[in-house]
Amino acid sequence: MRIVHYLNQFFAGIGGEEHADMPPGSRPGAVGPGLALQKLLGGNGEIVGTVFCGDGLIGDRPDVVVPDIVTLIDAFAPDVVVAGPAFGAGRYGLGCARVCAAVGARLRIAALAAMAPDNVAVELHRREIVIVPTTATAVGMPGALAAMARLALRLGRGESLGPAAIDGYVPRGRRMNTWAQASASARAVALLQARLRGEPFSTEVPLPRYDRVTPPPPVADPARMRLALVTECGLVPAGNPDHLEWVRASKWLRYGLDGVDDLARGDYEVAHGGYDAAFAVEDPDRLVPVDAVRELARSGEIGEVLDAYYVTCGNHGVLGQMATHAREIAADLRRQHVDAVLLVAT
Amino acid sequence: MAKELERAGFPTATVTSLAAVAVKVGANRVVRGDRFSHPCGRPGLPRAEERAWRVELVRTALRALATRVEGPTVFELRS
Repeated sequence: MRIVHYLNQFFAGIGGEEHADMPPGSRPGAVGPGLALQKLLGGNGEIVGTVFCGDGLIGDRPDVVVPDIVTLIDAFAPDVVVAGPAFGAGRYGLGCARVCAAVGARLRIAALAAMAPDNVAVELHRREIVIVPTTATAVGMPGALAAMARLALRLGRGESLGPAAIDGYVPRGRRMNTWAQASASARAVALLQARLRGEPFSTEVPLPRYDRVTPPPPVADPARMRLALVTECGLVPAGNPDHLEWVRASKWLRYGLDGVDDLARGDYEVAHGGYDAAFAVEDPDRLVPVDAVRELARSGEIGEVLDAYYVTCGNHGVLGQMATHAREIAADLRRQHVDAVLLVAT
Repeated sequence: MAKELERAGFPTATVTSLAAVAVKVGANRVVRGDRFSHPCGRPGLPRAEERAWRVELVRTALRALATRVEGPTVFELRS
């Protein structure tokens, strides 16, 4: 079995951050962690080549670089491609995931990446590629390589994997047909009985879990509070001067509202790939209700309105990334002595 | 976003067309807005009426901010 290994510039032994813009390259045989992986593969598979690229370059220009990497991989004629382990490193994880996704899509060759479950690339790519979960740091290298070797051999032999929990990879959110021993009604009753007896049981239909936040106490009197406007609808000044991304936004921005009583048509545009912006462009207050909060501030129903609004784009937002934006915005709200927030979510 | 702002201690009123989704993900003070592409607008109304509607919508958000809630709660505009 022929295996190709993808690494970043660091694990390929080229260098650290100063080489992050290194273009793609390849070498025959195993390199760095590939040497230990080769030992684990034994005589069942051979790492015929190692392909590598700088994390910065693949992070900034995946559209340009990933096709070149796929070409380098294809030159080794592999049966299966392995990438990483990237552990908690975001750019390396994204690089591994993008390479694996492209190998699957363009070469129709099985590929697997290894990284920590909370690596940003997992949420983005777990549905399209096989990801072996690892520790957050390289301390878990031996375990990660063992799991990679085991799954690489199976994928390289053309086997399809079983359920994620049994075969040890990150769930892809796929439902696979299988023959059950009993009908659904019998299985449901058996689950209930196990639960009532206090025995271990596991659902066949896991529901997404969202954590709960204890609501902070209400504002005592809106007529005395300082209110801020926040939105994830992507409303930005015309021309999008700070280049807010319309999908998977990497940042949040704060725009001043000094002397602005009403968001005027033509002054704003929408950086958001998820909806038709025509109504908002016609009257931006339909997204961020500046005219209404100003009116209520004048009438005394709102104590004060912060002379700025905060914006990011929630389209395809990565939960972890959005939470980071929100925490940073919260820190700024505290500096501005804000009491409460009106958030417009699309 | 709403959850992280509330976690940081800021009472947050979330105006959204997708109130059910906001409740499901755990936003605590949810105000039902209009459509997805204009939660704070009603393009079908004459301009002055739309503005008056938006003021009422923001009043509903103020009510949400001033109300003690135990968990995800939807506030409807009083019409």
